[in-house]
Amino acid sequence: MAVTLKQLSEKQDLLSGGHRLCAGCGASIAARQVLLAADSPLVVSNATGCLEVATTIFPYTAWRVPWIHSLFENAAATISGVEAMYQSLKRQGKYDKKVKFVAFGGDGGTYDIGIQALSGALERGHDFLYVCYDNQAYMNTGIQRSSATPLSAATTTTPAGSTRSGKLQQRKDLTQICAAHGIPYAGQVTIARWRDLVTMAHKAIELDGPAFLCVLAPCPRGWRYDTDATIDIARLAMDTCVWPTYEVVNGDVKILYKPKEKKPIQDWMKPQGRFAHLFRPGNEHLIVAAQADIDRKWEQLLKLEEMANAPASAEA
Amino acid sequence: MGETILIEGNAAVALALKQINPDVVAAYPITPATEVVQEFSEYVANGKVDTEFVAVESEHSAMSACIGAAAAGGRVMTATSAQGLALMWECMYLAASLRYPIVMALANRALSGNINIHCDHGDGMGCRDSGWIQIYCENTQEIYDNTIQAVRIGEHLGVRLPVLVCYDGFVISHAVEVVDVLDDSEVRDFVGPYTALNSLLNIDNPISVGPLDLQDYYFEHKRNHAEAYKAVPDVVEDVADAFAKLCGRHYGALDEYRMDDAEAAIVLLGSTAGTVKDVVDSLRNQGRKVGVLRIRMFRPFPAEPLVKALSHVKAVGVMDRHAALGTYGAPLFADVRSALYGRCSMPVLDYMYGLGGREISMAEIRGVYDELEQVVKSGATETRIQYLGVRE
Repeated sequence: MAVTLKQLSEKQDLLSGGHRLCAGCGASIAARQVLLAADSPLVVSNATGCLEVATTIFPYTAWRVPWIHSLFENAAATISGVEAMYQSLKRQGKYDKKVKFVAFGGDGGTYDIGIQALSGALERGHDFLYVCYDNQAYMNTGIQRSSATPLSAATTTTPAGSTRSGKLQQRKDLTQICAAHGIPYAGQVTIARWRDLVTMAHKAIELDGPAFLCVLAPCPRGWRYDTDATIDIARLAMDTCVWPTYEVVNGDVKILYKPKEKKPIQDWMKPQGRFAHLFRPGNEHLIVAAQADIDRKWEQLLKLEEMANAPASAEA
Repeated sequence: MGETILIEGNAAVALALKQINPDVVAAYPITPATEVVQEFSEYVANGKVDTEFVAVESEHSAMSACIGAAAAGGRVMTATSAQGLALMWECMYLAASLRYPIVMALANRALSGNINIHCDHGDGMGCRDSGWIQIYCENTQEIYDNTIQAVRIGEHLGVRLPVLVCYDGFVISHAVEVVDVLDDSEVRDFVGPYTALNSLLNIDNPISVGPLDLQDYYFEHKRNHAEAYKAVPDVVEDVADAFAKLCGRHYGALDEYRMDDAEAAIVLLGSTAGTVKDVVDSLRNQGRKVGVLRIRMFRPFPAEPLVKALSHVKAVGVMDRHAALGTYGAPLFADVRSALYGRCSMPVLDYMYGLGGREISMAEIRGVYDELEQVVKSGATETRIQYLGVRE
């Protein structure tokens, strides 16, 4: 049965208010929704980043679940240790509760510095969900480019200058990288699709084995838009197919949201200051290139879904 | 009662680990510590331990997983060397600051630049300020004994700090020696059950571990950590006494050898102490008043007992198996001289030796004693800091 807002409103928020994240922050919305999704009690690890620094300024904490942070690049390795201890104590009869494990990291802590630890933990098969709240740059240190930053976006280390127009490279596709580990579940979603997010997180948490979820979490400061537009911006990412909502379950791709009418990429870029330079005269080709890139990736995804739906005995 | 066996240093660690039966071991292979992980994996594969063995993808993740596992309320151990320890470096500060009594075997190996797989103490010295307890072993017997004692030292409720059990790579990690080992049950009784404090798995009482600690609290937390260090010397002695009661072997913070009336003394860490003791014996046979003071517990640094042990000595030679470039003498020298300063007035000389596994001869050690005696006689020291056994 589909999850309802009423059901969610009856659950206790496991990330309390009073933390110091910015108004309009997508990360806290992502974290709250994931925490609401679980049936089982959770233990959480957190990479260094906005979510961590703003929620646990000693002696305060916003977390109503057991939570651990140690370093930037090791949220996956840390939770794998927690989970290993859980398995050990359970096997020895020293612990009898059922607990599930979630790691949170931003895109910097996940796509970049933490990818080795993430890959290792996925390969080892620990029972955990890794959630990347993806705001497409190093926001905690002040909006520097990461490998999640999209082509042409301006950041403080890829500024729009007179000879360079923002980031010169395309972003890495981390969802596909994680899916390629052959894990039971990988998916991506935005905070605008709360029902999908909660349903996907629930599935990913409650299954046995490693799972990965990449949640597009807009950042008003870094993306340069007004704080009340966060959900609208996230929705535009879906409607332009910049950020398709899909899951890969045991290797099979299923797209969970297909816009009736795919909007042009300008609709997504226009409200964001980080793309403002693309709308200056002479930069039209950059928008064309970005549109072509998004179109190609969307087509590829549709093909992957088609393959998953094809009958197994097609050759015969 | 246990038995007497022939065993290699790394295998002795693995055997101790098997007998301790930790809840989680997270480790990554690296020469010369690899056999620890390898031999332990055999115990895991054959159901000899209850341990969850996490074969991680790097040492950084090894120590990170150890931290996570310790936070989940159980006994955790690992092993590494050189680059592995260097890669763990930032995690080591966390393990210590979070006060998790993780025990790590360190087969000491020279740090790369350039790559070398043999012994020196550069790896252990690199993390000497990280807040771990550091114990250095002289031989395979001590590796085995120290690994077992480390669990009780680190887990002591007045301490709760991680412990590094250091032993010279290849020199003793791969040396097959005769070792008296205990029964499994004796070891398990000696280390006792693990006391979990503030476990993440206590889901009814959720805690936040590792928060942001700013100008208003960080300093106090470091100060608390320093206080925990203060409890270590007494605990090390108590654990040594309890261990001696079990098997007769006693180790304190310091190992004083023929120091009573010594006028010239060498201070050092690790396996070279065995060679120095032989030199001392032969010089003593010639009527020379020489001794050796091996530091077993390097962190926290046993300054007070060290001053007491050296107070009557007329010249001290510190042998550092590490070259701290750009400083005035290597770390052991700096610690020893700083402890003695203002308390004793004898000259203290530093000899940096054995880098990258360079062998040290008895003749070279005799040369150190010759020089120390010369300094006593002449009252003059020309060079305080020098290298031993290097081609100039």
